[in-house]
Amino acid sequence: MKPSLAFLLTVFAAASPALAQTPAPPAPTAAHGSAETCPRIDVPYTQLQLRNGLNVILHEDHTVPLVAVDVWFRVGSAREKPGRTGLAHLFEHILFEGSSHVKPGEFDTLLEGVGGDNNGSTNNDRTNYFEVLPSNALDLALFLESDRMGYLLDVLSPARVDQQRDVVKNERRERIENQPYGMASIRIEEEVFPPGHPYHWPVIGSMDDLTAATHEDVAGFFRSYYSPANASLVVSGDFQTEDARRKIEDWFSDVASGPKPPVLAATPAVLTSEKRVTLEDKVQLPRLYMAWITPAHFAPGDEALDLLSSVLASGKNSRLYKRLVYDMQIAQDVSAVQDSRALASMFVIAVTAREGHSLTEIERVVQEELDRLKREPPTARELERAVNQYEAGFYRALERNRDKADLLNAYDMETGRPDYFNEDLARHRALDGRDVQSATRRELPNDARVVLSVVPTGKTSLAAAKGGAR
Amino acid sequence: MSRRLRGPLSAALLIGATFSASFVAAAPDRSKAPSPGPPVHLHLPETSRLKLANGIPVFLVERHKVPLAQVLVVLRGGASADPANRPGLASLTADLLDRGAGTRSALEISDLVDTLGAALEADAGWDTTTVGINVPVARLPEAMALLSDLVIHPTFPPEELERVRQERLTEMLQWRDDPAEIAASAFGRAVYGNHPYGRRPEGSPGSMKSVTREEVRRFHATRYTPSAAAIVMVGDVRGANALPLLERAFGSWAAAASSAASTAPPAPQISGRRVILVDKPDAPQSQIWIGRVGPPRSTPDYFPLLVANTILGGSFTSRLNHNLRETKGYTYGASSRFDFRISTGPFLASAGIQTDKTGPALTEFFKELEGIREEVPAAELERARNYAALRFPAGFETDAQVAGRVRDQFVYGLPDDYFNTYVARIQAVTSADVRRVATRWVDPRNCVVVIVGDRRKIEPQVAALHLGPLTVLSVEDALGGSEKSRKR
Repeated sequence: MKPSLAFLLTVFAAASPALAQTPAPPAPTAAHGSAETCPRIDVPYTQLQLRNGLNVILHEDHTVPLVAVDVWFRVGSAREKPGRTGLAHLFEHILFEGSSHVKPGEFDTLLEGVGGDNNGSTNNDRTNYFEVLPSNALDLALFLESDRMGYLLDVLSPARVDQQRDVVKNERRERIENQPYGMASIRIEEEVFPPGHPYHWPVIGSMDDLTAATHEDVAGFFRSYYSPANASLVVSGDFQTEDARRKIEDWFSDVASGPKPPVLAATPAVLTSEKRVTLEDKVQLPRLYMAWITPAHFAPGDEALDLLSSVLASGKNSRLYKRLVYDMQIAQDVSAVQDSRALASMFVIAVTAREGHSLTEIERVVQEELDRLKREPPTARELERAVNQYEAGFYRALERNRDKADLLNAYDMETGRPDYFNEDLARHRALDGRDVQSATRRELPNDARVVLSVVPTGKTSLAAAKGGAR
Repeated sequence: MSRRLRGPLSAALLIGATFSASFVAAAPDRSKAPSPGPPVHLHLPETSRLKLANGIPVFLVERHKVPLAQVLVVLRGGASADPANRPGLASLTADLLDRGAGTRSALEISDLVDTLGAALEADAGWDTTTVGINVPVARLPEAMALLSDLVIHPTFPPEELERVRQERLTEMLQWRDDPAEIAASAFGRAVYGNHPYGRRPEGSPGSMKSVTREEVRRFHATRYTPSAAAIVMVGDVRGANALPLLERAFGSWAAAASSAASTAPPAPQISGRRVILVDKPDAPQSQIWIGRVGPPRSTPDYFPLLVANTILGGSFTSRLNHNLRETKGYTYGASSRFDFRISTGPFLASAGIQTDKTGPALTEFFKELEGIREEVPAAELERARNYAALRFPAGFETDAQVAGRVRDQFVYGLPDDYFNTYVARIQAVTSADVRRVATRWVDPRNCVVVIVGDRRKIEPQVAALHLGPLTVLSVEDALGGSEKSRKR
């Protein structure tokens, strides 16, 4: 087998300067290292900026003859205006429908013809587009990405907008409206972030706004946010850096530069009271959600809340699972997540009740466990479990070129360091129980949160009753 | 320990399209899309085939990319071998393995798994049961000892059976909320009736209510046996270090008085066409599932069927998705697949369709199901072959992907040179092959149509198409609420 280690996990510390491809000696892989051994993650990369402002990051991995091409635009639903929600995501769909030199339908037929897959995704803060294809077809992906970045508007027609409008409405029906508890996340964002805050509305948008979006809205969105100066291209996989650099410089050389939008500023969102909301849904069992506004991604406290989510709801020994599901058997499932975002994050706990149990009963136990964590720190063992799971998840994410490319783009956009892997791990490893305790006290107050009860239609008596919790 | 080390399957596999031109980048010439360069080489992972002292075959693949290892214990036999009155027994048994094993309790096992940074799986599919662990390689010895306990020495504590019983009954209650779960249950029963594939692998409420610890214990004692097992190990391990670990963990596993798990018999084919409408009031979409009995994994038509399905509904540009999503906008996505199993798994075409377009969508579905039986244009065939063949390297990126491929070789008895010939066998599929297998296996006049949606709005649309006899079911009945209605 060819020992083609495009990125190496080394057991020694080697600083890898940014903007340079760092050659690292092959790692002696420890078959029986101690549990304390933390192999350093080394992801060598080359970064450059084209004259039109496009940021480019290249990472070689010769394990499999594949390349992943991953383009991020620094725009998500947070840039939308009230009345036009869902536009960023609708726009993502339209970007697959052809450009000046790519006829409608050809984007996909060309890629499939060489064995390539592609997709895109939109969230509050960014939109991404990717292709995974055999490495001998890198030029095709670069041709397609550069053409839609440079030559979309000439062929963008009202008919193309209408066609994808129908598809996106069906995406909303399939993934949200026709799913049990599907409307809960939309309602939580609405209640947590005040009207006018960029996270108040859902990425998918409202049906009315999707209907109202015009061809001119879509074209204007492109002009404002889809310039190379607002984009980042990562290529990860089986190529030679110099060769790929030349191809990229060629393909993107005629993509005109454009404005770089100002950084999105938003008045910090604050919850000033406990809001209690009930939502009826076509479900068998009630589910309790608790949500708080928490520190943004990489802001102090973000990492402690990551670990708190594990302490609360990951594994059978986690606080909420152990009490609600394992011991009391009054809940079917529990989850907790620090949903990290650029402007502000949300910490969300969710618990589904078993038949015959009300959310008042559930909330009382959740509150007891939160109070306990505010009084005394979690144990070293609880943190060890959380950190070790976090670390292993990291290695798993680094197996695939597509995942690596996405991480390089994410770290670069959020920290300015594409290879922030070790620092990201280190900020979690550095925590002790008191850090988690103080973050719980500080960030999860009882008097500034949203408590959402989703109950079966007609059974509002199962909702978490105010005052029942204490 | 007896070792039978063999060489690599092949040094490298050449993967090339049916193009020839190689492209040299210059100034961007956008007049024509660039063609791919010379064929790429996929270095297939070397699989060492070994045997433990007790005869268990071991498939070992070294990959030194990330410090992880993946170990699977694969057992022949799964849900299709459940006793007729105990659907879900294989799945329940697998679920209970980590609820008590060796000297450890459920909570102690969970604590160890989390501390190791491990991911555990224990799952009974239709034909096989897989118990596996993925772990940072530095902690592999502890993980192997745990895996061995789970497979060989589970204790099935009575209170844990009660916990899992309630969890599963609740899960089955929640199926009523989910249109895809409802459609899956109704479709399986409509296509297969009392055949094992007509059940849910998770079982039924009746079975889960009455299953006993003794049944689980006995099932484990007879089915979890070295003669039915193989071990797949993939990752950042060295053969010399891995073998003692494997031998220590599984070398002393003694053969029980085992009974080989039966495999499902071939199912009778659907004759005629009928429609089952499951009423889900106010549903904004209709789940449409159309299908029939398909061929087993061992069919000589496997590669022609892959290509035929790629054209019909196995890719984004496939006819079903292009028509129903990209042209009509009725859905977020439409697709089809042959669900290959040891015995005759189903062929299925499906989509979630906006409620008011249910009738028009059915018309388009049947147009495409008829159309795939006609001659396929050459360019479309070439694109489908290339898509199916040239994506092959993307299935070798992760340890889990490689382990899954090696497992399939064991489970389905695929030849040693299977991966080496994969691409060539797809590229050899002709237009006549596609037409022949589509005509045989995609027969829209002899199939089952399951629709889960708002009856009030969709029944008139469906009835007007005269597709065949129409049965209306409640959600509870579709999920097998009344178990006696199982007879076909």
